[in-house]
Amino acid sequence: MAKVLKAVAMERCIGCYSCMFACARMVHAALSWSRSGIRVRSRGGLTAGFEANYCLACPKPACAAVCPSGALRERRGGGVRYRRELCLRCGDCAHACPVSAIELDGETGEPVLCLHCGHCVPFCPHGCLAMVEKEHAERRQPARPLLE
Amino acid sequence: MHSVVPLMLMEIDLDRGVCRLQRRDDLRDKIGGSSLAAALYREYGLPGEDAFAPGQPLIFTIGPLTGYFPLMNKVVLGFKSPYSNDYVETHAGGRLALALRFSGLAALVIRGDAPHPVYLTIGERHFACKDAGHLWGMDGSATARIIRGNEPRGRGQRSILRIGAAGENLVKYACINVDTFRHFGRLGAGAVMGSKKLKAVMISGDRSYALPHGDKSYSKLYRKIYQRITESGSMAKYHDLGTPVNVLVLNGLHALPTLNLSATTFAEAERISGEYFADKLLLRQVACSGCPVGCIHIGLLREKFGPGHDYYYKQVSYDHEPIFAMGSMLGVAPGEAVMLLLEEAERWGLDVISCGVALAWATEARAAGLIGDEQTIFPLAFGQVEAYRRAIAAIATRTNEFYRLLGEGTAAAAARYGGSEFACVLGQEMAGYATGPVFFVSQALGFRYSHLDSAGYQLDQQKTPGLQEALDHLEREERQRLMLTSMVACLFARNIYDRQTVADALCVTGYADLAENLEERFSSLQRERWRLKKESGYDPGAVSIPKRFQEVRTLQGKLDAEFMEKLRLAYGAKIAGY
Repeated sequence: MAKVLKAVAMERCIGCYSCMFACARMVHAALSWSRSGIRVRSRGGLTAGFEANYCLACPKPACAAVCPSGALRERRGGGVRYRRELCLRCGDCAHACPVSAIELDGETGEPVLCLHCGHCVPFCPHGCLAMVEKEHAERRQPARPLLE
Repeated sequence: MHSVVPLMLMEIDLDRGVCRLQRRDDLRDKIGGSSLAAALYREYGLPGEDAFAPGQPLIFTIGPLTGYFPLMNKVVLGFKSPYSNDYVETHAGGRLALALRFSGLAALVIRGDAPHPVYLTIGERHFACKDAGHLWGMDGSATARIIRGNEPRGRGQRSILRIGAAGENLVKYACINVDTFRHFGRLGAGAVMGSKKLKAVMISGDRSYALPHGDKSYSKLYRKIYQRITESGSMAKYHDLGTPVNVLVLNGLHALPTLNLSATTFAEAERISGEYFADKLLLRQVACSGCPVGCIHIGLLREKFGPGHDYYYKQVSYDHEPIFAMGSMLGVAPGEAVMLLLEEAERWGLDVISCGVALAWATEARAAGLIGDEQTIFPLAFGQVEAYRRAIAAIATRTNEFYRLLGEGTAAAAARYGGSEFACVLGQEMAGYATGPVFFVSQALGFRYSHLDSAGYQLDQQKTPGLQEALDHLEREERQRLMLTSMVACLFARNIYDRQTVADALCVTGYADLAENLEERFSSLQRERWRLKKESGYDPGAVSIPKRFQEVRTLQGKLDAEFMEKLRLAYGAKIAGY
């Protein structure tokens, strides 16, 4: 079963951006902190910690549903596949994404999104990221009772 | 297709609130960082004029490898110091280097004096010079909060430089805060910003660059360096306890400056140690952008402000230098008390090292009867946290003539009130290493009056270095560090980025021509940089080392004052000959 990316422990993130640079370097052949499928940002100054924005591998991906040209298709195991040669650069996918995980490249107009390839994971020095099976990704911790 | 990134310079004229972009590939052989800043100061600076002259530039530079490799992400700021009245550098990390890189800029030159307080927003496809009347008088943290709230660009990835009241009031060791937890700390860059009525600079960019030709060799080298940094263990100490690991080490060696350097061991060292901070106060570590080490240690400051259980908390970054300056030097412990003073210096925008060492001198001068309550207002005595806290505010706001002079530097205050012999000044207030004569001389004469210039403390660990050996060490180490700060590498990575690795990195990023003859190239740049400093007012013959440094017991035991004097003269003569 193909796996999907999950930011499993963002509370450990130190904000080094090594994951983003790995994605830019290895997937997009670029030096960039915008051309990356995962985007780490501080949440209002460095005192507030960091959050990661990336494709959450929705059960029915809205981005693929609105794609008029078939460039985005649902990927087995979670997430979507992107075929650049079929992309119209219309940007509908970016508008459809419920968590704004798709950015449109400022120069090419192409969508930049996480392909769940896992190249970023070994470059995280603190184990914030992992490749997991989709079922596992969706499993939630049961709420603990307030008083035991 | 990759082509080498053009060397773009943004020149900002604060008089008119405008900018001009220039492509300056002609400066390519100056490489970047320290060497590029010196070349630009030669072009834009006014070496013979006052540091606050409107035309004096603040010059920010990155290097050719910035962004391309991990730990190549510092920024050099070259400027004429109002403290030392000569051309100096101060370095900072944070997000600034990558914000400049992704704004397409290799250098930023800010000149002129704004007619009223302003802040700048700079970046890819963007420049604005805006009124900062509403920010003037605010601390750096509040300033950044307001800018973050009102400026939508680059949220979560931008860099914000700002000054506090000390910079506005032209205190000669006011700092520039970078992204909350880092600083252009030393030698008064914050005062130069204040003199220009420049409250803050926000930089954000999202430009992308194609990877170097044949990117397999680039990616391979990147991975190799990345693995060396994260897996070799050589960097682990910087992440784990961080630089405060030095507190107990130095204390055990009789090398921790204590109570205004009247001693070199501190009875309370355990309670201001890296171990103490890590166990009791550490909240988390964060990193400069592009660095997987994460050496920035953030501690929890929790203070009771009312009856019952009324507390506030703040996050305060700590390192060895701030801990020695506000801890052992002032007899302050435990770590919680040190944190209060660090936060106070931060709030006003003061260089924490100079501030702590200046207060240590004031404490001894008061005990010796050279000054009294009329001057100090508060009862400055070793260990008295509340008095120190108030005195920090008094320095920043220049409350009376005494604090105004103390804000000019410890030596300036000592010249007026006496006590020069125990003013712990080596070009500027000393760094936290009482290792011995080579370090004392290296800071006193060093380019940026810093322990980072040439690592004299390394040689102090040998029992009896010869004069020539010490001279060779200082010259060689400075040249090696000039290469690193021209790239602009973090000096924590000095063992990762040896000369061969730097040459390899330059080759795979399209700078093969610069990778040739690095030794000769930096030998020449080293001389050029010293010549510039001398033209701007630096006289190595005029540097003196106060008596206190000869008297104190160091790592070497009783200090060999004769050797130190010989080394001071010989190193001064070497610099004079450049």
